[in-house]
Amino acid sequence: MSPETSAPPSFDIDELLTNRTTRVVVCCGAGGVGKTTTAAALALRAAEQGRSVVVLTIDPARRLAQSMGLRELTNHPRRVTPTKEIDLAGGAMHAMMLDMRRTFDEMVQAHASPQRAAQIMANPFYQAISSSFSGTQEYMAMEKLGQLVSVDQWDLIVVDTPPSRSALDFLDAPQRLSSFLDGRMIRLLSAPARAGSWGVRRLVGASFGLFSRAISTILGGQMLADASAFVQAFDTMFGGFRERATATYELLRAPGTAFVVVATPEADAVREAVYFVDRLATESMPLAGLVLNRTHPVLANLPAARAETVAETLQRSGNAPLAAAVLRLHADRVALAGRERRLLARFRRAHPAVAVVTVPALAVDVHDLPALRQIGCLLANRNTPPGIDSLSQIQD
Amino acid sequence: MAPAWEHGDALTSRNRRARRITLADMWSDELVRARLHVVTGKGGTGKTTVAAALAVALATGGRKTLLVEVEGRQGIAHVFDVPPLPYEERRIAVAPGGGEVRALAVDAEEALLEYFALFYNLGFAGRTLRRMGAIEFATTLAPGLRDVLLTGKVKEATMRARDGIHSYDAVVLDAPPTGRVVKFLDVTRAMADLAKVGPIHSQSKGVVRLLHSADTAVHVVTLLEDLPVAETLETVAELDRADLRPGAVLINRARPSRLPERWATTGTDPAGSTNGQVDADRVRAGLLAAGLDLDSAVVNGLVTETVEHAMRVHAERQARARLADAGMPLIELPDLTDIGGDGVDLGGIYELSDVLREQGVR
Repeated sequence: MSPETSAPPSFDIDELLTNRTTRVVVCCGAGGVGKTTTAAALALRAAEQGRSVVVLTIDPARRLAQSMGLRELTNHPRRVTPTKEIDLAGGAMHAMMLDMRRTFDEMVQAHASPQRAAQIMANPFYQAISSSFSGTQEYMAMEKLGQLVSVDQWDLIVVDTPPSRSALDFLDAPQRLSSFLDGRMIRLLSAPARAGSWGVRRLVGASFGLFSRAISTILGGQMLADASAFVQAFDTMFGGFRERATATYELLRAPGTAFVVVATPEADAVREAVYFVDRLATESMPLAGLVLNRTHPVLANLPAARAETVAETLQRSGNAPLAAAVLRLHADRVALAGRERRLLARFRRAHPAVAVVTVPALAVDVHDLPALRQIGCLLANRNTPPGIDSLSQIQD
Repeated sequence: MAPAWEHGDALTSRNRRARRITLADMWSDELVRARLHVVTGKGGTGKTTVAAALAVALATGGRKTLLVEVEGRQGIAHVFDVPPLPYEERRIAVAPGGGEVRALAVDAEEALLEYFALFYNLGFAGRTLRRMGAIEFATTLAPGLRDVLLTGKVKEATMRARDGIHSYDAVVLDAPPTGRVVKFLDVTRAMADLAKVGPIHSQSKGVVRLLHSADTAVHVVTLLEDLPVAETLETVAELDRADLRPGAVLINRARPSRLPERWATTGTDPAGSTNGQVDADRVRAGLLAAGLDLDSAVVNGLVTETVEHAMRVHAERQARARLADAGMPLIELPDLTDIGGDGVDLGGIYELSDVLREQGVR
C-alpha cells in the first residue's frame, strides 16, 4: 500500500552510515525539501552507531539549530551533548552553521600576507562579493567541507547544501564565482588597451571600448576602480584559491563520498531530483540514494471507494458524524498517497537503479533531538524508539 | 450553512459557495486600485502558480493583464504548458468573459543590451559581448544593476499607455522568493551601486515612485506550515520597514478539515492535548457504533490517520491565527490534489482563478 513496500531497490541508510569507508555524505535537493533536517538526522544516527561525526548545516531553521545547541553562526564545530536515552555508544556528534563571510575572510587571511589581506577585506567590492554574490554561499560551503576533511578530526562529515533555487547550483556556483574572480574581464574593463591581448582586441574591436565606456557610465567610475583594485590585490592569491576549489570538487568524486538526494513528493522537487541524479552520473559523483521526505502512507487497508460509500450512507442517516468524518479523511489520504506513489514511480522510471527510502511525514515540526532521532529511525526503516519524548534538550 | 467539517472535496461548488459566504471581500478597494501586483513566497509554496491564477482572475471580464517573471526559470511556460518564453510579450491565455493574459520572461542581460542599443548605439556588438561574458560580468559586478534592469522593465510595461489608456489593466510580477524580494524591490538601495547620472539612473527614479505608490501591492503566498508562515510574517514586517505596501496573504494548498470541531479539540491524552489530538477511544467507539464491520487492524489504522489529521488541522489553525494577527487580508486557495501527479495544470489555474474571484479579487 505505501510506496516503500513496492520499492526495489531500497536504500539502506545504516549500511551507508556504519560503513567505515564512508567519509563524506552530501545532502542535496531543491529548497524546502528538508535537507538540513535530513543531514542532522543522518549525523545523529551515525553518532549513535559509534561514529565520530560532524554536520555542516547551512541556514538551518532556528529551532532546529537550537536543538543541536547552536544559537548563532558558528564557523567551528561544537559538540552536541545528548542526555539520558540517546546513547552515542562511543561515537560523538559535532555541529556547525556555515558563516560564509567569516569563511571567506579566513580563506583570504590564509592565502595572503596580513597587509594584503587587510587591504582586500577593506575593499567595498570584496564586502559585496563576500556577503551577497549569488555563488558565494555554495563556494564557501565547499571551502568549509575541504577544511573539515583536511583537519581529519572526524571519521564522517555530513554536509547540508545551500537553499538554492536549483539543486545544481551547488555544483555550478563555485565555478561561476571562480571565473568571475579570475579577473580577465575586470582587467579588460579597467585598462583595455594594456591588458587585452591582441587576439581579444581583434575579436571585439572598437566595440569593446564603447562597451567599456558604457559600463563606466552606468556603474560609475568608483565601482570599476574598486573592482579593479580588488582583483589586483586578489591576483596573487588567486592561484591557491582556485586550486583549493578544484581539490574540493575532486573530493566530491573521491571514494568515500556519497551523495544523498533529498526530495518531497511534489512534482517540482521530484523533477529537481531527477536532474540532480543525472548530473551526478555525468560528473561521476557517487550517489547513495534518494530520500523521499514527508510521504503520507495509507495506514488502514480499506479501499477509498468503500470508505466514501459508507461515509455517504452514515451521513445521510445522521447518526455517526464522527465515523463518517473518519472515513472521508481516510479517502483523502488514499488519494494523496496515490499521487505520491505516482510521483515516485515517475522518478523510478527515470532512474530504476537508484535506491530509495521514503520518510513518512511527522505530524509535528522537527525541532528537538528526539524528533531528529525519530527521523533517523524512519530513514533507516527501523521502528521508532520508545519513550522518545522523555529526553531533555541538549546544550553545548 | 453546512458545518465546516462536512465540506467534501475542496473543489466542490458547495465548498466554494461556503467559502464565498465566509471570506468574500478580502480584496479591499485599495487592492482593486493597484495596477502592479507583486507575488512573492517562500520557495515551494507555489508562488508561480498563484501568480498565474491571479493574472487570469484580474483579466476576467474582458480585461488585459501581463504576467512577468524575472528569474530566468521559465516557470510561466511550465505552468501554462507552452514552449519557453522569449523576451517579448506574448498572449498566453484567455480569461473568462473575453479577457487576455500576456506573459513576459524578463532577462537582465537582454534588458541591458536593450539599453546599450538604445542609448549607446551598441546593438551590433551585443552578441559578441554576450559571448565574452561581458554582459553577465556587468550585471554580476553590480547586483543592484540586475534588479534595476528587471524592475525597470516591469515599470515600463505597467506604465505603458497609448492615448492615455494603459496597455495593461494590471501587471502581475512573479517576483523572487521571500528571502530576496525586499532587496529586489528596494531600488533606492540598488541605485547606490550605480552612477548618479545616465538613462538607467533616471529610469530607476520612476521605478522607485511606482513601487512605493498605491499602484503597487506585494502579495505573499504561504502554506499553513511553520516555516512558510514565519517567513511570511518576517517579510510583511520587512516590507513595512522598506515602505513597500503589503497586499494580501494567499494561503495556498489549504486542505479541508474533516473533523467536527468539538471532537478535534477534546484531547484526553495529556501529552496530546496541546497538539489538538483527538480522543482515540472516541473515534474507535464512533466507528463501532456506526455498525461497521472492520477488523481491528483497519480500525487502528483509521484511528492513527484521524489523530494525525487532527494534529495537522490544529497546527494549521494556529498558523492561520498567527497570519490573522498580522492584520493582512487572507485568501485561501484549495489543494488541487486530484489533478494528476504533476502539480497544478492549466485547468487548475482556472479553478484557482475562480476561487480568487469568489473571494473578491477583481
